Amino acid sequence: MSDQSQRTTGEQETRAGKFGAYGGQYVPEVLMPAVEELADAYERYVLENEDGFVDDFRQRIREFGGRPTPLSHAENLSERYGFDVYLKREDLLHGGAHKLNNALGQVLLAKYMGKERIVAETGAGQHGTATAMACAYLDMPCEIYMGRTDVNRQRPNVFRMRIHDAEVNPVDVGSGTLKEAINETMRDWATNVEDTHYVIGSVVGPHPFPAMVRDFQSVISEEMREQSRERLGELPEAVIACAGGGSNTMGAFSAFVGSAKLPGAPEGTHEPAPDVDLLAVEAGGSSLGVDKDEGYAPNSASLSTGTEGVLHGARTKLLQTEEGQIVESHSVSAGLDYAGVGPELAHLVDEGRVEPVNVDDDAALEAFHRLSREEGIIPALESSHAVAYLEEYAAHRAAGNASGDEPRAGDGPVVVNVSGRGDKDLDTVIEESAARDVAGAPTMEVFEE
Amino acid sequence: MTDSEIRGAFADGPALVSYVAAGDPSAEASKEYVEALVEGGSDVIELGLPFSEPVAEGTTIQNAIKRALDAGMTPDAYLDLVRELDVDVPIVCMTYYNLIYQYGESEARSASENASGDEPRASGGPEEFVEAAAEAGISGFVVPDLPVNESEAMYEACREHGLDLIFIVAPTTTPERLESMLDRTTGFVYVQGRLGTTGARDDVSEDTPEALERLQDADVPKAVGFGISSGEQAREVIASGADGVIVGSAYVDIVADGVENDLPAGEVADRLEELAAELKQGARKGLPEPERK
Repeated sequence: MSDQSQRTTGEQETRAGKFGAYGGQYVPEVLMPAVEELADAYERYVLENEDGFVDDFRQRIREFGGRPTPLSHAENLSERYGFDVYLKREDLLHGGAHKLNNALGQVLLAKYMGKERIVAETGAGQHGTATAMACAYLDMPCEIYMGRTDVNRQRPNVFRMRIHDAEVNPVDVGSGTLKEAINETMRDWATNVEDTHYVIGSVVGPHPFPAMVRDFQSVISEEMREQSRERLGELPEAVIACAGGGSNTMGAFSAFVGSAKLPGAPEGTHEPAPDVDLLAVEAGGSSLGVDKDEGYAPNSASLSTGTEGVLHGARTKLLQTEEGQIVESHSVSAGLDYAGVGPELAHLVDEGRVEPVNVDDDAALEAFHRLSREEGIIPALESSHAVAYLEEYAAHRAAGNASGDEPRAGDGPVVVNVSGRGDKDLDTVIEESAARDVAGAPTMEVFEE
Repeated sequence: MTDSEIRGAFADGPALVSYVAAGDPSAEASKEYVEALVEGGSDVIELGLPFSEPVAEGTTIQNAIKRALDAGMTPDAYLDLVRELDVDVPIVCMTYYNLIYQYGESEARSASENASGDEPRASGGPEEFVEAAAEAGISGFVVPDLPVNESEAMYEACREHGLDLIFIVAPTTTPERLESMLDRTTGFVYVQGRLGTTGARDDVSEDTPEALERLQDADVPKAVGFGISSGEQAREVIASGADGVIVGSAYVDIVADGVENDLPAGEVADRLEELAAELKQGARKGLPEPERK
């Protein structure tokens, strides 16, 4: 039995949708009944397993999704850093990213609720692809909104969505990235709310989305714990995951902070584990500052640099001007390029349970090539941020005691969540690596006339 | 409940509530536009304070907000504009919660950063903006992303400063939610005439009479918005039992046309006044014969 007092996010908070000062339901009234209906469905089907919903989900995510994903020992990285590095291989999930866990869960839930149509937004295209895939599998009509900039930099995923018969609507407003796509999807939802479910792609938005998406993604850390115990005989010393909106982060962390769990989770997989360091790696972009005059942040580091505010249905940490206008964010990775972050993650950072760190675009690109070259795994640019942080982590670990910094616990194994595979990012990587002269990057020049 | 200024605007027959975005395309122009809308017969002005993520708006108002932000509209500039307005109708501030929540934070933030290098203070609140708005001459608020269940602090702040907090009743609103909204609504009830976002339409939604029927017993004026653009539509809405009509996108279309064709502000203002007059006249026609004035 777990000690309830140690739980960072207990069942009560989960049901209320409040994580400390964060969370809530800040949406137009027209959407409120749908949000309430969803909260009710979440409690009944997801938390209570009514009609065997969670059993159905678990079976489908195994058979259709290919779970469990392996925990792979990264031999060359381990040698490089001098401690054991394990990779949680969400890149091997069907579709190539952790996104399917949530998309399949939500589309299935929409089916149970009797909804007839799915809308979703997507940044990098992985969530859109996962949703389109789940909709094809579960026979639901599907419409995806995607910023024009992202359509241009993620073309393979646009085509993948269309192959699955989803309609893809480019959004031309603003910077044409995830923030604008979310606004547009909310508008569609407000117009068609009676028969449509909005599959939000991360642990953001009004309650119950942050809790529900976390629960669907918590299979990642549930497996991590089981696999760690079987393989290593101990829990990892640290779990490192990249954070944009924070869905793979919360998925990788939730079982270690003792969050509420999906029914049917193996015994002991959701006990709080305060000795495990949880590191959320944000996109430091090209700089951590916010240009207040231009209303632009050359990063997506809302946990590290954001301030509290209300956006897209929740109170959370945001990149904003002092007046409260949301600023455009930046990351070389479309999937991290968002001005907000999940409210529970913001709360865990405030509580000191999760440490927000960041790496810049260049470091992420270097890590992309390093993992590809040294381990034979092409990571998504999102995941490359988590891999990149190993460099700094290793330095901290070596210098911890000497520098007076809080020492890392010891010489235990570290798990990096490889949230997705990087095939979708090849165009960006070729272009950006050449433009920045990234260390270790091959070029295509030798083949060009 | 005491009569508020806004409620009073509904006392003499059907009220016309007119929306424009402050600062579209400039602060100076929107001042002129508001005055023209009042000349044309508007009884309440809903003045939009532009927020960068207007999720409840359709394309028309979304573009207006962008023009206003590009022209430098800020919460402080907005309050200055309100102070300068020379009109004798109540002004309602329509905006999104983040701007209200953040107001007044900046000074405290830079002060604490300068003094101690501490983190910015963690929580904001609506009190400072509501107080500043009341001082500037605002009579009430419509905040589309602040549903009644998150409105406690805003409601208290409005009550303290004597401002109305106007809630939007949607076609999807459940009876339970309606009840809790009516408990807190003062001024008028904003009846959303159709699903979706704001934007001018050619017809009145079939849902409108039903929406009004649900509010029959509510002791507060009922104004219908979302999609109304002509005198004929205004007539229909009033004939369905509304106490007022809310019009936004149809005016903003005129402003946008002025921007696109580089028209002088005076000419745009004339067209706005003309449309307001048509809407007001249409609304009056919606009343049963003996009640027309």
